[in-house]
Amino acid sequence: MLTPIEVVEVAAASPASAQGGTNMLNELLAKAPRPEFVPDWVVPLNAILIGVGILVAIVSLNAMFGTWLERKVSGHIQCRYGPMRVGWHGWLQPLVDGVKLLLKEDMIPKGADRVLYVIAPALVLSSVLAAMTAFPLSREFFFADIDLGLFFILAMTSTTTIGVVMAGWASNSKWSLYGAMREAAQVVAYEIPLGISLLVPVMAAGTFNLIEVSDMQSGGFGVLNWLIWPWVNPLMLPAFLIFFVAILAETKRAPFDLPEAESELVAGFLTEYSGIRWSFFFMEEYAAMLLFCVVGSFFFFGGFESPLTSAAGGMFGDGSVLHQLAAFTTIVVKGFAGIFLMMWLRWTLPRVRIDQIMTMGYKYLTPLALLCVLLAGIWEVFLAPYLPWR
Amino acid sequence: MTSTAQETHEPTITRSDEEVVLDSGEREFMFDVRTQDMEVNFGPQHPATHGVMRILMRADGEVCTGAQPHLGYLHRCAEKIGENVEWLQYLPYTDRYDYLAAMNNNLGYSMAVEKLMGVEIPRRALMIRTICAELNRIGSHLIAFGTYGLDLGAFTPFLYMFREREWMMALFEKICGARLTYSYIRIGGVFNDAPPGWLSEVERFCDTFEEKWKEYCDLLMVNHIFVKRTADVGVIPVDMALDFGLTGPMLRGSGVDFDLRKDMPYELYDEIWKDKAFEIPVGTGEKGTLGDCWDRVYVRVMEMMESIKIVRWCLAAIEPGPVIADIPKTLRVPPGEAYVGIENPRGELGHYVVSDGGKVGVRVRVRGPSFVNLAVLEAILPGALIADAIAIIGSTDIVVGETDR
Repeated sequence: MLTPIEVVEVAAASPASAQGGTNMLNELLAKAPRPEFVPDWVVPLNAILIGVGILVAIVSLNAMFGTWLERKVSGHIQCRYGPMRVGWHGWLQPLVDGVKLLLKEDMIPKGADRVLYVIAPALVLSSVLAAMTAFPLSREFFFADIDLGLFFILAMTSTTTIGVVMAGWASNSKWSLYGAMREAAQVVAYEIPLGISLLVPVMAAGTFNLIEVSDMQSGGFGVLNWLIWPWVNPLMLPAFLIFFVAILAETKRAPFDLPEAESELVAGFLTEYSGIRWSFFFMEEYAAMLLFCVVGSFFFFGGFESPLTSAAGGMFGDGSVLHQLAAFTTIVVKGFAGIFLMMWLRWTLPRVRIDQIMTMGYKYLTPLALLCVLLAGIWEVFLAPYLPWR
Repeated sequence: MTSTAQETHEPTITRSDEEVVLDSGEREFMFDVRTQDMEVNFGPQHPATHGVMRILMRADGEVCTGAQPHLGYLHRCAEKIGENVEWLQYLPYTDRYDYLAAMNNNLGYSMAVEKLMGVEIPRRALMIRTICAELNRIGSHLIAFGTYGLDLGAFTPFLYMFREREWMMALFEKICGARLTYSYIRIGGVFNDAPPGWLSEVERFCDTFEEKWKEYCDLLMVNHIFVKRTADVGVIPVDMALDFGLTGPMLRGSGVDFDLRKDMPYELYDEIWKDKAFEIPVGTGEKGTLGDCWDRVYVRVMEMMESIKIVRWCLAAIEPGPVIADIPKTLRVPPGEAYVGIENPRGELGHYVVSDGGKVGVRVRVRGPSFVNLAVLEAILPGALIADAIAIIGSTDIVVGETDR
């Protein structure tokens, strides 16, 4: 029987928190009282299970809140209210919608490739769930502190494309096939500028690790050291614009919603899906939106750093529970600010055409992103070391 | 799958992207890489067909290589019914052809019967008819423009336009009790006089609409993405437009200054035109080629403003008086035949009526503008991308109720 302190040591040595810092989840579990007969190895296992539970809860809650927000934002943009009946201003609407989707008949069209048809939504959702593990909720509360966190997120989110193409192919519908082909073309085209534009903040920060990037932006009242400011690196703003356009295309949001273009392809790759399988694609869409917006806030807008976080840190001490809570609130608010911007654009702009989107990706965004990286490199190597505030 | 594709359609690499006319008269487009052609059933249940129309489309990847519209999903024997019901009883059926411009349909039919009967319409009735027809034209163009935005993926302008259309429908509800199928313009005049305060509300509507109209132009007409999606897309040259017998904004979009209200004036339009109260907007090719989708939409948007001018002219000139001629309850129309064409929001709506002197018509033939305008799709869709095909179909502004009748 180990003492609690020894358990903490064991937990600290576990791969999840091997990179430094302590994982609060393991720590809390280790401190929790447990009966004599429960063996020690249960602690890290529980941490994993609870972590997965939290992750799934985050993704579902995000999808619920996201759909509600989408309907409210679109409603208010369009001179109407959106859902108003279920709960205050319809806040329970996503819950009843979820129940409806669960109770719907589970249909697989005749002639569909049954296996692929069933696997596709699961693959799409699981890849985004995997990517979410790299999303730290606060400085000491995370699922996996990965050194190549950004790399991992980009790799995992790009596998959703496989699921979408699978869905489009397996549905055995021409509209679905069109949607899948468009998705493949579009996502491949925009992953390049997305990755390259993120290299600019990575160069300035010197790390791929999300928590470290956030840490290096601390100070300056939680605002002045954000990477987006031109005094940190003037190339950051164009890089951010490229990044934002690319994530719109990556998450299939208007004006780049070609894979599911409603007025053209009926519903694109979603045409034949219904019920809970259909909602998996939506959960993925909203999770990907949150994830990319969070990545954007980490690499351009200070991550956990905000006046709120620095105030909480100053008053209650670094690493205190309230400080962590402030960091969590900050990142969620920043993420949803990005999501709100995406929704605003969606309900304002018409959709671009497939050749226009490809032209923009390959001919303009990719070279511009490369140019940004080149200039940012010159800045970082030759100028930044001599700047008094760096 | 791959082996079958190779057997049936050897993928060939060609160096030209010019159009090839096959022996069968079909036009084929060659691209650098040929893939297996796919037949796509566009409709009858498709979000962009504005009703139950079906277009059988042959597509090479994203490119449409052939298209054939199929009609008849909304056929309701309107013309046959005209041979079996009394003259006045047929009026409600005219509402149902082009349900977005029912006032204009009522007007066309009434005028054709009136021409046979030779009745004199009271001046106040003519004024109210003109106001209603023009307000309905605004409502119809609002739908055309709004759903066009919807086709291109812009959801919000559509709902803004519905906001104004709602007011227009409320105005009609006040004057005749119906919101969509009015049957208000009757043979001999209009059903009843405008209720008190109605005309001043129409004036308020005009004032508000002029403000909102600028908003739509900012939101959609000059939007960069919108222009990129519509300019140089679906070009209908002048000679093609004349060959296919296009009328209305489809023809004016190609730069032909032809409008029945000006060229074959009926009712009060002669007077209004001579008063220089309105103009006929035509396509200019401002953003791309003359006769492209943008020009057609531009003509519709500008026409809304012209309609407002006409309504204002009528509001200034209207005087009290009777609103319906003295005609019997059961009409007996003198024998003969008459054709009257009026400018519907979609083009020339012609009614050809034949009477043998009885209570029931012998023939009621309708020349629907949507039906005629639809034919041009077959010529301009091939060679367009799938997304452009949507833009082209939307820009023709067809109402399936009228193509099928």
